[in-house]
Amino acid sequence: MEKNQQKDFQPKIIGFLCNWCTYTGADLAGTSRLQYPPSILPIRVMCSSRVDPLFLILSILRGADAVLIGGCHPGDCHYQEGNYYARRRFALLRKVFDSFGLESDRIRLSWISASEGPRFAEVVTEYTDKIKKIGPNKIGKEVFL
Amino acid sequence: MSNVLEIKGNPNECVRKFFKHLLDSGKVEGIFALGKQDEGFHYLLVTDSAKLDDIYPFTPFMPENAANLLSRLTSIKKFSKRIAVFIRPCELRAFIELVKREQATRENIIFISPICGGVLTFKPYAEGNLENALPDYWKAFSKKENATGIRPTCGACEHFIPLNADITVFPVDDSCEFYLNTPLAEEVAKDAPGETSEGELDETTFAPVMDIRKAEKEKLFEQLNLENFGIDGLIDTYGRCLGCHGCGTVCPICFCALCTFDAKENEFTPALFENELIKRGAMRIPPNTIFYQLGRVTHMGISCVGCGMCSDVCPADIPVSSIFLRVGEASQAIFDYLPGKDYEEPVPLAAFVENELTDIED
Repeated sequence: MEKNQQKDFQPKIIGFLCNWCTYTGADLAGTSRLQYPPSILPIRVMCSSRVDPLFLILSILRGADAVLIGGCHPGDCHYQEGNYYARRRFALLRKVFDSFGLESDRIRLSWISASEGPRFAEVVTEYTDKIKKIGPNKIGKEVFL
Repeated sequence: MSNVLEIKGNPNECVRKFFKHLLDSGKVEGIFALGKQDEGFHYLLVTDSAKLDDIYPFTPFMPENAANLLSRLTSIKKFSKRIAVFIRPCELRAFIELVKREQATRENIIFISPICGGVLTFKPYAEGNLENALPDYWKAFSKKENATGIRPTCGACEHFIPLNADITVFPVDDSCEFYLNTPLAEEVAKDAPGETSEGELDETTFAPVMDIRKAEKEKLFEQLNLENFGIDGLIDTYGRCLGCHGCGTVCPICFCALCTFDAKENEFTPALFENELIKRGAMRIPPNTIFYQLGRVTHMGISCVGCGMCSDVCPADIPVSSIFLRVGEASQAIFDYLPGKDYEEPVPLAAFVENELTDIED
């Protein structure tokens, strides 16, 4: 039973995708009819620096199995420097997760440009496989939060 | 090489004499320091030198982090006249962090800060025993040891020598040495009552204190065992949290007038309750305890000076400040940042370097 559950486990990944690069990249993956697992739930943000670390903490506490931030490659930000700030915030949050012994593999930062449809599909597939191996996020069932 | 001014008397008397000189000579218009009223200790702003008997700046007690108070006084407008401010090193560092965040202005302030032996917790104060604890405190201070009853993060504090003070005060036996670190300090200390000589604070004499503090910190972190927390550890530790948000209120770095965690935005709506209950089958009311604690350490940990106010006000005795110190130091290490070291150094989250942190992105 337990094993079956593990096998059928379809991770739920929240994706905060930047409007100018990753979201468009995801669009391209769609229009190019690329196959990738239906595990990602995209939320469009205008820039990866719009993502407050609290969004990630809240997602994990509310039971998301993983969170992916997608932004433009360094140097390509529509707002010149937003993704650099996003990177620092992400590094900080990773350190907080590590310090508390929480699974920092459940959060990820990827640079995917608007032309990288195949890379988007690849990142989602690869990340889904990784989260499948890690298993479901048990915080979603905790009562005393 | 800076000038040293030596004034005789017990620590509080020395500083009072010096303040009297500052006020009477008109070099400053006001004094901001810890004062005493019957059994209560509060910060005071004094402009009349006849009222200086009410101040007890060296009392090892912190009713509120003074950075918080100075921010309230200077966030809208700078001091129009020069004020001498006597605060502890961590309060000064927190103040500098607030200046960087445009929550306070440093103009017209002359900072006087002591070599700090830590402050006592609220416990003896609440029981009316603060005065009785003082002799032991000063005995330990002169022996360069950690006094009993000080805040855990004070015992583990490595920044007891003020970093950006105009004047550093070091109480020795029955006199006080005032190290005049800036031209402004030398100007105001001219003709002050006491012996002036050339000299510099010899930081090597504090090496034993540093060793004690370092060992204490290691012990504190070991007891905390944060890296093995996981979600179970978080629930165990913060299970006692009442959700009063007192730790955020007293935190000098948490300056927001309306905290995002108190905002309607993070309120649970009936629909949200229903949603969560379908998933979990039961839930703690009020919710969002761990969200608050994790969120606060993420937002403010980078500037945490480890003053220990948060632990002291916690009605449930959660070691908030030890956790903040541990996570704060870890996150400050990423950017090689020491809060309150430099007015000009930007807060790490408000700056970036193009080629950095390549190991966390992909």
